[in-house]
Amino acid sequence: MSILIDKSTRVVVQGLTGREGTFHAKTCAEYGTKIVGGVTPGKGGTTHEGWPVFNTVQEAVDRTGADASIIFVPPAAAADAIMEAADAEIELIVAITEGIPTLDMVRAWEFLQNRRARLIGPNCPGVISPGKSKIGIMPGHIHREGPVGIVSRSGTLTYEAVFQLTTRNLGQSTAIGIGGDPIIGTSFVDVLELFNKDPQTEIVVMIGEIGGHAEETAAAYVKAHMKKPVIGFIAGQTAPPGRRMGHAGAIISGGTGTASEKIKAMEDAGIRVTRSPAEIGETVVAAMGVKV
Amino acid sequence: MKIHEYQAKALLRKYGVAVPRGEMAETREQAEAVAKSLFAAAVNRVVVKAQIHAGGRGKGGGVKVAQSVEEATAIAGKILGMTLVTHQTGPEGRLVRRVLIEETLPIEKELYAGIVIDRGEAKPVFMASAAGGMEIEQIAAENPAAIFKEYVEPGMGLEAFQARKLVFQLGLGSQHLPEAVRFMTGLYRAFRETDASLLEINPFGSCPDGRLFALDAKINFDDNALFRHPEIREMRDLAEEDPLEVEASKYNLNYIRLEGNVGCMVNGAGLAMATMDIIKHAGGMPANFLDVGGGANAEQVTHAFAILLGDKHVKAVLINIFGGILRVDTLARGVVEASRKTNIQLPIVLRLEGTNVAAGREILRDSGLNLIVADTMQDAAEKVVAAAGSR
Repeated sequence: MSILIDKSTRVVVQGLTGREGTFHAKTCAEYGTKIVGGVTPGKGGTTHEGWPVFNTVQEAVDRTGADASIIFVPPAAAADAIMEAADAEIELIVAITEGIPTLDMVRAWEFLQNRRARLIGPNCPGVISPGKSKIGIMPGHIHREGPVGIVSRSGTLTYEAVFQLTTRNLGQSTAIGIGGDPIIGTSFVDVLELFNKDPQTEIVVMIGEIGGHAEETAAAYVKAHMKKPVIGFIAGQTAPPGRRMGHAGAIISGGTGTASEKIKAMEDAGIRVTRSPAEIGETVVAAMGVKV
Repeated sequence: MKIHEYQAKALLRKYGVAVPRGEMAETREQAEAVAKSLFAAAVNRVVVKAQIHAGGRGKGGGVKVAQSVEEATAIAGKILGMTLVTHQTGPEGRLVRRVLIEETLPIEKELYAGIVIDRGEAKPVFMASAAGGMEIEQIAAENPAAIFKEYVEPGMGLEAFQARKLVFQLGLGSQHLPEAVRFMTGLYRAFRETDASLLEINPFGSCPDGRLFALDAKINFDDNALFRHPEIREMRDLAEEDPLEVEASKYNLNYIRLEGNVGCMVNGAGLAMATMDIIKHAGGMPANFLDVGGGANAEQVTHAFAILLGDKHVKAVLINIFGGILRVDTLARGVVEASRKTNIQLPIVLRLEGTNVAAGREILRDSGLNLIVADTMQDAAEKVVAAAGSR
């Protein structure tokens, strides 16, 4: 098993006809993901690269049975696209778009409460369950199926961790980038809960970064509930305070959200935190060796 | 994006938030004219405030009270052109190009008001404290119970009852009620309608007759929302920003200048931070944060290169790319092009992995450039720190 997605997940692409949407829909399909169509308002009834295009997400759901969506809609309209997907009762919404205004996300987040949809992102690489399905922009070929669950606020740093694992013959159950924005749909804790229940996942890698308190919250969850070993890394140990480090959410403000606070909370919870990003793979190998 | 206090106050005025009468001046002559008009309007004291994008101006000598037009003009003359050093400017300080000259008011109490997005709650939160003038972080650390909070429901505003709660919690008397509700709801509307990421009034002052005034004002805006606020974009003061950072922003590159001598170019914010960390780990210091983004093209890479080399402290460069969307061959072409154009003499260490990595390595090998190729992040960090250290 894996979490969130598998071979049967049926995906509609919001923003399919754009450059990014087209490119990534193809790479997802090549990976084996069931892409069932796209949504571009005003282009309904046409086809794009062989996929049917619909005017609304509701229509796409009604006609294709889509249960997941991936969003490449430009930032100004992306929060609206998230709400449209949730309204059409899509179960899993993966929002790739970077640069959505925060107050738009405040509205979308509120809209998602009491609806069935789970939102991953925005500003994230998406989700991959190696060998089964990929709803995201990560390079599929660096992954392999296996026992390591990965959850991260970053994109390329996640690829780095995956690569270190794969080159050590350790595969992944599911790898999820939860996104680098201040307001995101799925938290570390949400994903840790899923990994905790997933029989395929034996160990979890959690990659955080400066800004906010999500890692501290996750550490408290690990301490209280996690049955599997967790390996951690926090990016931004050398980041200056008050500066936004690329991600909208990566900022030390008012002296809080620093790497050292997070590392301390995680270590107090029994998480093995590596200080060097080059040692994520080895640390997992070592932890699994201890476990076996 | 940040703006100056005088700009923030002008903006607040539009939302019905009372601010002291005053105007900005860029020269001694302008300052004199502003002071004259204020004293002519029966003001008996003015305050001259340096306008820079950093806090702690008072302690640094950038805020002074004057009793006459002559005194105000003399003070403005001194502050304009001074290099103001505060705990937020760093030791190099900031050149003062503008001052704000304002009336002083019969203030009884100084209080704090601030609005930010609470990330955990995914809602804006209005914070208030009776300890005006103190930094909110300090209050939060020393006496968190002294901070009163009201969460704002998305889609609604700060409601009148919430403002009233805050008024009584702050110990402001009933004579402030109607004014305080207007003041606080006005602040929230300003936050909401300008897509601010932080709005801080520290302090606001209460007068015995019930009036409230924003005595200072700091507003930061959500960069992601600037596309729908052209009038706010126009308030950007490029002189307050690092020239290399300004240059980088033209090409949608995330660049932040730091203190070290190892330049780095990375794709993705998380990996860029991790690369800085591993440089430090290997005994070096990063000269910058530079994220060329997930979808960078050869042209952007060329610009990124030029910006990186614009920092004269850089002694060696580390390029760490994990190609996902950004294909490694695209990056390699950009590096070769940029190296030729800029005639770079510094050692460059490259660590490339991901999509089309073989093609990328081939391009670099065939380029004839003197590049140091590394296998892993660790290897790359060690090589670049050694290269920077030996120069």
